[in-house]
Amino acid sequence: MNQTLEAVPQNWYLILSTLLFCIGVIGVLFRRNAIIILMCIELMLNSVNLLLVAFSAYAGNNDGQVFVFFIMVVAAAEVAVGLALLMSIYRNIASTDINVLNKLKW
Amino acid sequence: MSTLLYTSLLGLCCMLAEVLNLRKLLVPLVIIGLSFIFWVNFQEWNTPSDLTIGPVSLANMVMFDHFSIAFSGLAIIIAILLFILSANYYSNEEKNLSDYLSILIFALVGALVMFSFANLAMLFLGIEILSISIYIMAGSRRFDKRSNESGFKYFLMGAFASGFLLFGIALVYGAAGSFEFSKITQYLNSSDIHPMFHTGVLLILFALLFKVSAVPFHFWSPDVYEGAPVLITAFMSTLVKVAAFGAIYRLFNTAFVGIIPFTEPILYAVIIATLFVSNAIALQQQNVKRMLAYSGISHAGYMLIAILSMINKTDDALYFYSVSYAIATIGLFALVISTFKSNMSEQFEAFNGLSKKNPFAAAAITIFLLSMAGIPPLAGFFGKYNLFSEAVSAGYINLVIIAVINSAISIYYYFKMILAMYTKPADEKPLVITGSYWTVAVICLLLTIIIGVVPDSLMQLLR
Repeated sequence: MNQTLEAVPQNWYLILSTLLFCIGVIGVLFRRNAIIILMCIELMLNSVNLLLVAFSAYAGNNDGQVFVFFIMVVAAAEVAVGLALLMSIYRNIASTDINVLNKLKW
Repeated sequence: MSTLLYTSLLGLCCMLAEVLNLRKLLVPLVIIGLSFIFWVNFQEWNTPSDLTIGPVSLANMVMFDHFSIAFSGLAIIIAILLFILSANYYSNEEKNLSDYLSILIFALVGALVMFSFANLAMLFLGIEILSISIYIMAGSRRFDKRSNESGFKYFLMGAFASGFLLFGIALVYGAAGSFEFSKITQYLNSSDIHPMFHTGVLLILFALLFKVSAVPFHFWSPDVYEGAPVLITAFMSTLVKVAAFGAIYRLFNTAFVGIIPFTEPILYAVIIATLFVSNAIALQQQNVKRMLAYSGISHAGYMLIAILSMINKTDDALYFYSVSYAIATIGLFALVISTFKSNMSEQFEAFNGLSKKNPFAAAAITIFLLSMAGIPPLAGFFGKYNLFSEAVSAGYINLVIIAVINSAISIYYYFKMILAMYTKPADEKPLVITGSYWTVAVICLLLTIIIGVVPDSLMQLLR
C-alpha cells in the first residue's frame, strides 16, 4: 500500500477524477436519453468518490472514506426517486427522450 | 437539538398514521405536533444544547446557536402555514395524504439540518434530504404530464448541481484535510492556501447558487414552479429558498470566514445579472406562477446582497428579509390557489375583476404584492431597507442603486396583477375561498402589517 502511495503522485488521482467528472458533465449536457443522463450523473458522483478515497489515503485520515458511504447511500436514494419519476413519464408519453419534455417553456 | 429529533419522529409518526387509519385527524395532528416543536425550539433560545448520543458529543457535526434556532423557528412556521393549506388542497386525494405530509415533514428536517450544520457532510445531507423530498413532491401528480416533467427536470438539474457540490467538498477536503468547520477555519488562518481550496469553494458556491436559483443558474426554476402542484410551488419558493440562504450564510460565516473578498467579484456579477434578467423576463409573463417564479429569482438577488456584505454581520437583515418575503408569498399563494381552482386557469386573466367578486381577497392580494415590491409601511419595505443600509455601510453603493432601480421595475409587473383585479370587468365564475385558505391569508396579512408597523423586535432578534 505505502509503495503504491509513493509510486503514484496524488495529483494523478486529481487529474483522473477531474477527467471522469468532466466526461460525466459533458454527458449530462449533450446526451438526450434520460437513462444515459442518469448514468452520467452517477459517473460524476463516482469520480468524487474516487477523489475522496485518494485524498483520504494520502492524508492518512478516514473521514473521506466515511463520506464516500454517505455519497453512495444518497446516490442510491436519488436514483430510486429519479427512476420512479422516469417510470411515470414513460407511462404517460412512452419515451425516455428528454426532448419530448417541452411542455414548459418561457 | 430536540427540534431536529422531534421533527424526524413526527415524520415517522405521520407515515404510521396511515396504518392506524387516522387519515381524518392527520392534518390537525401534524399542525399540533409542529406547534409543539416550535415551542420546544423557542425554549432552547437561551440554552442551546448540542446533540449527544450517550457520552459522545456531536458538536462537530451539528451546532445549535441563535442563528440556527431563529431560522428553524421561521422554517417551522412556514411549514405550519402550508400544512394548514394542505388540508383543503389534498381533500380529494385522501388516499395519499399521509405520504405527502410525511415527505413534506422530511423536507422540513432537511431544512433544519441546513440551518445547524457544522460539518460539510451535514451540509450535503441536509441539502439532499430537502431536495429529494421536493423532487418527489414536484412530480406527485402522476398522470399530469406537466407535473412529471417538472419533477424530472428538477431532479436532473438538482442531481447535476449536487455533483458540483460534492466535487467542491472533495477539493476542500483535499486541501484542508477535514470536513469540520473548526479545522477548515484553522487551515484558512495558516499562511499558504492551496489553489484547490479556492476551486472547491467556488464549486460549492455555484451549487448553492443553483439551489437559490440565481442567474445564470436559474433556468430550471420557472419551468419547475409552473409544472409542480401549486402548494409545492409555495413550498419551493418559501421553505427551500430560505433554507438555501440560511445554509449559504452559515457556511460562509462559520467555515469559510474571510473568503468573501475572493468570491466578491463573482457574487457581485451574479447579483446584478440576477436582478436585471429576472425582472426583465418577469415583465413579459402571462402565467402567474411563472411571474412569481421570476419574482422569486429577483428576491434571491436581493438576499444575495446580504451574503455579499456579510462582513457587517448581516444575519439579522437576511432573517428579516426572509420572514417578510416568506409570509407575503404564503399569503399570496393561499389566495392564488383558490383563484386558480375557481377559474381553472393560471393566467393573469383569472384575476380579472376580482375586486368586484371578493373585495377583501383583492385587497389582501394587493397588500401582499405591495409588501413584496417594498412599499412602506409593510414588512417588505423594512426588509429591503435593512438590507440596503447594511450594503451601503459595507461600501456597495453602486449595487444598492442598481437594486433600487430593479425594485422600481418590479412594481410594474406586480401592478399588472393589481390592475387586472381592479380595472378589468369580472366574469361569471364565482370565487370560492374555503376556511383554511382564509385563515392562512388573514394570519399572513396581520403579520405583514404588524411587522411593517413595529419592525424593531424582529430586527433585534439576532443582534
